[in-house]
Amino acid sequence: MGNTSSMLTQYDIEEVQQHCNNAFSQQEIVSLYERFCQLDRNGGGFVSGEEFLSVPEFAVNPLSQRLLTMLDGLNFKEFVAFLSAFSPRATVQQKIEFIFKVYDSDGNGKVTFNDMLDVLHDLTGQFISEHQREQVLTKVLEEAGYTKESLLVMSDFVKAYHA
Amino acid sequence: MNSSEGKLKSSSSELDLDRPNIEDYLPSGSSIQEPHGKLRLRDLLDISPALTEAAGAIVDDSFTRCFKSNPPELWNWNVYLFPLWCCGVVFRALVLTIGWIIFLSCFIPVHFLLKGNDNLRKKMERALVELICSFFVASWTGVVKYHGPRPSMRPKQVFVANHTSMIDFIILEQMTAFAVIMQKHPGWVGLLQSTILESVGCIWFNRSEAKDREIVTRKLREHSQGADNNPLLIFPEGTCVNNQYSVMFKKGAFELGCTVCPIAIKYNKIFVDAFWNSRKQSFTMHLLQLMTSWAVVCDVWYLEPQNLRPGETPIEFAERIRDIISVRAGLKKVPWDGYLKYSRPSPKHRERKQQSFAESVLRGLELEEK
Repeated sequence: MGNTSSMLTQYDIEEVQQHCNNAFSQQEIVSLYERFCQLDRNGGGFVSGEEFLSVPEFAVNPLSQRLLTMLDGLNFKEFVAFLSAFSPRATVQQKIEFIFKVYDSDGNGKVTFNDMLDVLHDLTGQFISEHQREQVLTKVLEEAGYTKESLLVMSDFVKAYHA
Repeated sequence: MNSSEGKLKSSSSELDLDRPNIEDYLPSGSSIQEPHGKLRLRDLLDISPALTEAAGAIVDDSFTRCFKSNPPELWNWNVYLFPLWCCGVVFRALVLTIGWIIFLSCFIPVHFLLKGNDNLRKKMERALVELICSFFVASWTGVVKYHGPRPSMRPKQVFVANHTSMIDFIILEQMTAFAVIMQKHPGWVGLLQSTILESVGCIWFNRSEAKDREIVTRKLREHSQGADNNPLLIFPEGTCVNNQYSVMFKKGAFELGCTVCPIAIKYNKIFVDAFWNSRKQSFTMHLLQLMTSWAVVCDVWYLEPQNLRPGETPIEFAERIRDIISVRAGLKKVPWDGYLKYSRPSPKHRERKQQSFAESVLRGLELEEK
């Protein structure tokens, strides 16, 4: 299944389903495969950054670059696992985990002040100065009981959500 | 995350085979959750709307839908239909060959011998081009129904139509010899363009050249003002779309100071999908596909000519005409520029979203400082 043949066998579907912890039904996996093949124009078995950016709706998203680093080079199985946080069967915990992963760009399980600053920069572009961004973030962190030097982990994110 | 729950529900239904109308789901306004009142950590950390939108775009987006062609369905492979089909293909190839012979044997003498007598030459060349187009249409067993009054030759008017394939031009041309503005193609098509189509007064452009736009606009204006030029036909979408959607119209045709006559073309997919997916096949293969299908069935509507209303901008005018054509031909409108097939969207879409989020963050900051 590493190469894009246009047919998925039952085995393939079940393997993918297992890999994403049953986040999608078999029919949904078939539809996702159709879409994956549609995006993977050169048939390399994975969708490159260029191919994702050719979808204008994706390209105009402020977080597209950040997501591309997570999406680049994924084969179909990993692609479905990536999207599992967006399945209607995904729990709130899974969604928060995904958001954490987006912030934690170096994947060490800790989100730093700079990580949060970077994402805020993506979302606000040139319309706030760097100084104002830092100001806002520091203030909000302090109110929630953290400091600039705090390293946030998953449980901190969960706490912030349910606050 | 309650605000994003509703959106996530739609993404599962998008994965169903019977897709709902995705146009209700297009991103509008801010995709970034705007914090109200006092800013909390959660407001800054919650990027789920932007993520949901990105995931939605990855799973299904309205732009790619415009260019999706259906795979050909082979339902004619049985014992009864197959011989009939073979005869049909042979017959069609014959018709086309005869057509070309007749055309070339008349066109070449007319073109060279009547060099002096321009009026008569133009008239005859026009009639001959209409003739060869009819032969083309016959070679695909084209069943074309024309509705509405035939275009008349008047100055200061242009015709616009939705675009599905280069055969749109042939189908329209067999009824009236239009002068069309086209992308110059390589190969035999380019040869036809520079010889035969020159005679009906076609205008060429090159998509990739930036300066080209001004030159083309000037040529368009000149052509439309001339009284005995053939009526000008423009496909404002700028690219072939799959006849179920319409992409944004380019405003070039709508700022020439002329009456715009809309033409709607709808193909019936019953025998063949006439959409030319230029990424998937060359024009030659496309023609062969048409010639080896049972028929090309389509409807052409000549709609009521429209003028720029007082206070209307060319872009609004273009949208109004797109509305008229889309309603008549049963096309769903999509807010994307067809040229995004070849290029990236401009950063201003993203900047608009960033700006509104930035403003609300700043507002929250001000509230804090009070």
